[in-house]
Amino acid sequence: MLKESIRDKYKVVIGLEVHAQLSTVSKIFSSESVSFGGSPNTNISVVNLAHPGTLPKLNKKALEYAIKMGLVCQSKISRYNIFDRKNYFYPDLPKGYQLTQDRTPICIGGYVPITLKDGRQKDIILNRIHLEEDAGKLIHDQDSVYSLVDLNRAGTPLIEIVTEPVLSTSEEAAAFLTEVRQRVRYLDICDGNMEEGSLRCDANISIMLKDAKTFGKKVEIKNMNSIRYVQKAIDFEIERQIEEVERGNSIISETRMFDITSGKTYGMRAKEELNDYRYFPDPDLSPVIVSEEWLNSIMESLPLMAYDLHKKFTELYGLPQYDAQVLTDSKEIALYFEELCQRTKHYKAASNWMMGPVKAYLKTLTNKASEIPVRPVILAELIDLVEAGKLSFSIASQQVFPVLAEKQGTSALEVAQQLNVLQESDTGSLMPIIEEVINSYPQKVAEYKSGKKGIIAMFMGEVMKRSKGKADPKLASELLSKKLEVL
Amino acid sequence: MKVDRETLDKMAHLSRLHVEEKDAEKMMEDMSNILNWVGKLNEVNTDGVEPLTNMSHEFNVMREDVVKTDISKEDALKQAPSKDADFFRVPKMLE
Repeated sequence: MLKESIRDKYKVVIGLEVHAQLSTVSKIFSSESVSFGGSPNTNISVVNLAHPGTLPKLNKKALEYAIKMGLVCQSKISRYNIFDRKNYFYPDLPKGYQLTQDRTPICIGGYVPITLKDGRQKDIILNRIHLEEDAGKLIHDQDSVYSLVDLNRAGTPLIEIVTEPVLSTSEEAAAFLTEVRQRVRYLDICDGNMEEGSLRCDANISIMLKDAKTFGKKVEIKNMNSIRYVQKAIDFEIERQIEEVERGNSIISETRMFDITSGKTYGMRAKEELNDYRYFPDPDLSPVIVSEEWLNSIMESLPLMAYDLHKKFTELYGLPQYDAQVLTDSKEIALYFEELCQRTKHYKAASNWMMGPVKAYLKTLTNKASEIPVRPVILAELIDLVEAGKLSFSIASQQVFPVLAEKQGTSALEVAQQLNVLQESDTGSLMPIIEEVINSYPQKVAEYKSGKKGIIAMFMGEVMKRSKGKADPKLASELLSKKLEVL
Repeated sequence: MKVDRETLDKMAHLSRLHVEEKDAEKMMEDMSNILNWVGKLNEVNTDGVEPLTNMSHEFNVMREDVVKTDISKEDALKQAPSKDADFFRVPKMLE
């Protein structure tokens, strides 16, 4: 571990490149299926095999997905788009080039706000978001003489989200990735699964003395397939670079891979070749012009995002920040909660139900389905029963809810009746008794108001007596205190 | 424009081609001639002319996101100079 005093001499500069695989059903420039886990070379086409005379044709949905991401990141959308050829000779793309957007990225600029653990907020400025095609896979270790080529992935639509070099810690990188993953999931344009490679992150890292005028040499880290690994790899790389410089060595601009088992980054042995991609506009694809009308229709199709719902939950439903944060974490939960709030006005109670019994129940499910087995309208009914004092919360969550989850479609009231757990008293029948008791003891009420809170036990005893023991003690006590407070 | 040895070697490397020593001189000459011939175009004044990136004057030629299959794995592999049951085979590539 580096000494704080040494570390403090340096400024860390990090830029990220995030590739998100778009969840279209067909590829970006040809019509074969994009599906994973199939046997090798089954999702291929004459276009991706680079057969002579074949022409690419842009998947409209891929472009729209990219625009959606740009819109929610406040990017400027390019109205005139061409694609460029990035030329390199390698068997993962038989054409000899990758189609990408060099000159006219579909989205320019924009930003993604992040919140750090200490509550600090920061806007991560984007350089661009552009569309490109993925390459095929090469397998080197199955044959001693040959490398094997699987082109199933070739031509899969990607967006590459490129930040400006504005991040300075691994925590910021993790927060950025978490936010990006949430956005693509809410937009439903990418499944956001890093382990399976649908969301990939490369990090460019450099260090410089705090008073230095120029950036240090940047090192690119690849092969980090979870947010945790991105954090680990960045932390390791920052230390490595500082140690190198402290020893008087200079940093080599190179690509390094992250090794999960050792937690270290290592340089690739082959000497870095001079890359010269000789970008030029692809003459096979016609330009794409995004009209005002088209852009507006995409804008109108944008779903509610986590930040929209967060705002609604706090401002309209009066929920605490914490609740809103937890509830909007996953789209499924957030949308369920939103529907729940159309059915009950007990928003905070509904939130407690989501974070308590519902979450606990989902954890007990063995299958991965995140679908909540009780429809919002039924859960709302159950919440209202509890809030009306007809059912205690513990009985509702431990006895009624599991039955509702099993027998979908039955009403909460029916189940409570069958289980014989309904409390006899409700606000309507309790209030007259409470009022009667209070009116009978003006002297005691005055004592209570002057600070003798303990006297409430006497009132309670009286209420229980007059209700012939049928009152729900919890509800009666609540109603009694409320009544006394407002006197 | 004169193509020098360095440029020739660079082009050969980028296209993964091997150039025989005895052919190098001739190739540099040929490439220089081609560039000079195409270079004629530089004489045209193109001020204010937008670059032409596509030969047709169409735009927004796109397809809907619908799956269609145009070649089977078997047919695709048939075209390959080297293959096994599932894969195309290429000379050993190591990153």
